[in-house]
Amino acid sequence: MQELDPGVMLAVLLEMMGIWFWILGALALCGLTGFGWIIVRERGLSSGRLVRSQAFALLAGAAALVLMAHVTKSGFTDAGGPIDWLLIVAIFAGGWIGGTILIYAAMGWWRFMPGQERLVALITRLRPQPAA
Amino acid sequence: MGAAGLAAGGLVSACAPAPERVQTSAHIVIAGAGAAGLTAASRLAQRLDGARITIIDPRVRHLYQPGFTLIAAGLQPARYSVSRTASYLPRDVNWIEAGVAEFDPDANTVVTSTGQRVRYDYLFAAVGIDLDYGAIEGMDTSLIGQNGLGSVYHSPEAAEATWRSLDRFAETGGEALFLRPATEMKCAGAPLKYTFIVDDILRRRGTRSRSALTYAAHNNVLFSVPIVSEKVRMLYQDRAVDTLYGHVLKSIDPGARRAVFDTPGGEVERAYDFINVIPPMRAAAALRNSPLAWTSGPYAFDGWAEVDRYTLRHVRFPNVFVVGDATGVPKGKTAASVKWQVPVAIDHLAAELAGTQSDSRYDGYTSCPLITRLGRAMLVEFDYQDNLTPSFPGVIAPLEELWISWVMKTIALKPTYVSMLRGEA
Ligand SMILES: Cc1cc2nc3c(=O)[nH]c(=O)nc-3n(C[C@H](O)[C@H](O)[C@H](O)COP(=O)(O)OP(=O)(O)OC[C@H]3O[C@@H](n4cnc5c(N)ncnc54)[C@H](O)[C@@H]3O)c2cc1C
Repeated sequence: MQELDPGVMLAVLLEMMGIWFWILGALALCGLTGFGWIIVRERGLSSGRLVRSQAFALLAGAAALVLMAHVTKSGFTDAGGPIDWLLIVAIFAGGWIGGTILIYAAMGWWRFMPGQERLVALITRLRPQPAA
Repeated sequence: MGAAGLAAGGLVSACAPAPERVQTSAHIVIAGAGAAGLTAASRLAQRLDGARITIIDPRVRHLYQPGFTLIAAGLQPARYSVSRTASYLPRDVNWIEAGVAEFDPDANTVVTSTGQRVRYDYLFAAVGIDLDYGAIEGMDTSLIGQNGLGSVYHSPEAAEATWRSLDRFAETGGEALFLRPATEMKCAGAPLKYTFIVDDILRRRGTRSRSALTYAAHNNVLFSVPIVSEKVRMLYQDRAVDTLYGHVLKSIDPGARRAVFDTPGGEVERAYDFINVIPPMRAAAALRNSPLAWTSGPYAFDGWAEVDRYTLRHVRFPNVFVVGDATGVPKGKTAASVKWQVPVAIDHLAAELAGTQSDSRYDGYTSCPLITRLGRAMLVEFDYQDNLTPSFPGVIAPLEELWISWVMKTIALKPTYVSMLRGEA
């Protein structure tokens, strides 16, 4: 009797997230474009970088869970059935996958940033040097 | 409205793909600009081309009533439920900021509180409910928030004051009393959920063992749908909430903290330290005292509108539709019902204007996200026949206490409600 209607879902999401819908959408688009661009440019995935970005993205997964707990004013001890655990896994996975793509793209891009070497040199010089 | 229920219903379309716009020069008057009136205005503006639409309501503030429970639980401030009526009105709808003083369906006219006579071709009456605090002897709404007196239904400010009372009570514990009126009421699950919330807050504060919670039902069940009633009974037993049946609040002495109930065995007096008073509810006065109300049967006493339960069209005045809480139908005094009722009524009006027939039917769908503790709720959805009608069968079990149902209530319900007012959901 009832069908899922994408138009309705979009209207509700827009209402729910307000400006964040566009900010997060833009971020997702940037991440995906950057990710695609770097893969084309490097002709493949760098497995070392992928593992590193996946590791860092665990924090993004955790952050997604903390954000969800904050906006729903509840905690994960409230999970009461399998669908709740699935939701928790889905929220974590969303943050983790999104984070991986963004971090991977950012790491890849970093090497091609103009003036990147000078910036790295500057940062190294600014580090406290061990006393002679 | 079904909190998560509206959310659930909101993610699901009430009607088939957008139907064609109907050309008409009819004048359509909407009385009441609450959940149902605003939804009707938005949908009519989308569906009809050339119609003149007038909405009549003196209320400048729009109140998102399902938020009152969250306010009274201390999770949201009063402003969470308050917005402006004007911000939901489609541009070409004319708003008369006055009340309807008189419905005259024989003359196809309404008379406003300022004496203006407004003629219509079609009328949508969506004037909602009157809270009859005056029917409880000794009740004074200006005392809500003092001396353990709470009342979630009155207003966002009263809901916040109720939270302040509860906050103080939760420090010490004591006797807490919960009840519901013997009339039809909006969101019949709200008194039950507030009882669960208070139980949970007392447990979190460590004062539950010093407290006694009593829920007084007006008849011999806790909820009108038997399977839900039984589930709530089991949960109350589990949480040690004492249950009384056949108790209807008659009078209250806020100073002495005593409440008197009418029961089949006579009057019974009970002391309390905290009480959530829910007043008797009746159709809004203008409608109750008009020819639109039922003249006999169970819905006559409180003046609910005599509509066909499947089309929401008035039985005696076919150019009148009544939607929302004021309808005299067996179920559905929720915003979730509004979301399903309005498209049906509008489909029937549009078909008539286009010279065709509509087979849309409102099956009594209503929904209630029954919070069972902070962080968990049961997404209860049902119809006229008391069938459970889950929006996500096999995924979200209606009688299971789930976090996902709570998540819907807290983050998805309000956006869905607002999208509904704008005619987008
Ligand atoms: C505490 C509480 C919790 C709730 N929880 C939920 C929930 O979880 N889920 C859910 O789906 N629903 C819930 N509801 C119910 C939901 O809010 C109502 O069912 C819904 O608002 C009904 O819409 P309505 O337009 O019929 O009435 P309302 O939204 O109340 O609007 C009626 C309008 O009519 C106007 N009016 C009155 N008399 C006149 C007149 N003579 N002339 C002109 N205008 C007039 C009023 O000013 C008002 O603007 C809850 C309600 C309360 C109070």
